[in-house]
Amino acid sequence: MSSFSLVMHDAEFERIGSALTELCTSSRAFAVFLVDKNGQLIGTAGESARIDGTGLASLAAGTVAATGGMAGLIGEDEFSVLSHEGKRKSIHITIVDSRVILVIIFDDRSSLGLVRLRARQASGKLARVFRELDLKVEESANEDQMNEAFFSEITDEDIDRLFG
Amino acid sequence: MSFINFTTREISCKIVYYGPGLSGKTTNLHWIYNHTESDRKGKLISLATETERTLFFDFLPLALGKIEGFGVRFHLYTVPGQVFYAASRKLILKGVDGIVFTADSQIERMEANMESMDDLRQNLEEHGYDIRNIPLTIQYNKRDLPNVAPLEEMNRHLNPMNGEWFEAVAFYGTGVYETLKDVAKKVLKDLRKAR
Repeated sequence: MSSFSLVMHDAEFERIGSALTELCTSSRAFAVFLVDKNGQLIGTAGESARIDGTGLASLAAGTVAATGGMAGLIGEDEFSVLSHEGKRKSIHITIVDSRVILVIIFDDRSSLGLVRLRARQASGKLARVFRELDLKVEESANEDQMNEAFFSEITDEDIDRLFG
Repeated sequence: MSFINFTTREISCKIVYYGPGLSGKTTNLHWIYNHTESDRKGKLISLATETERTLFFDFLPLALGKIEGFGVRFHLYTVPGQVFYAASRKLILKGVDGIVFTADSQIERMEANMESMDDLRQNLEEHGYDIRNIPLTIQYNKRDLPNVAPLEEMNRHLNPMNGEWFEAVAFYGTGVYETLKDVAKKVLKDLRKAR
């Protein structure tokens, strides 16, 4: 199972982080979250610390999965953009490259039009990072060795110790 | 699908509690939530009906500690057990790293247990997983009730591969932590094996 792990190193993490920060600023958003489709939180920007990001990530992935199921019922592959409008804050969700979920939280300092525009621009940038990440994983034997070295160092005792 | 972040030095894995309706999946998560130190757990999220039946899923993030300097996090999910939520169950299994099958030990629920195990096998297949290879721990819950099926019979029907199983009374916490510990260990060992 775990051979499907998403592995992220410094270079990609920094590129994703700067893309999210740029998006947050240019869209005048309250906070931005990037989540994988299984509900794991990949990166954040803005006032993200004021929101339970782990919980938001699982719910965003659940929402995307559920609406994806509805899309299937009417013959669509997915609904790539979802919007939830609240009284004070709203959430705009974009599926990037059919694999990760960009969640933008915004209030009356911004507008849906501006958020949609900036989300579309950022999506292309983020999609490139993930495609390059795929290539890197496929091509870089060194990286695999690095991961392998780390995991081979985990002993049964290490695992037992986690549980006291 | 686990997420390994070498920058933040974190490993996150997804564990799903599967089983028939009212077998005690949500009760497991509630007990874990109520007996875990606050700095090791996040918020417990329950998407439930007004009668507290799971509608979509429950979610509990746990931070277990560190291995080789990496923080190890487990995201625990339950599925809705009722038969008609089949589509939701399949969605929640996406990207799963380990499964706890929570069976209801009452004799009259044996058929529901078997049906749920078949449903699990089929949903895993549809996601490209093989139930024989995924970390799986079986929990025979509600062992305190008077009308429970003998363990031999439960194993014969639900555990033909002779995997790890635990007796439990999730409401009182019996066997809950042991079950979680077993599946979490299997997930981490599987992660190591996959490298």
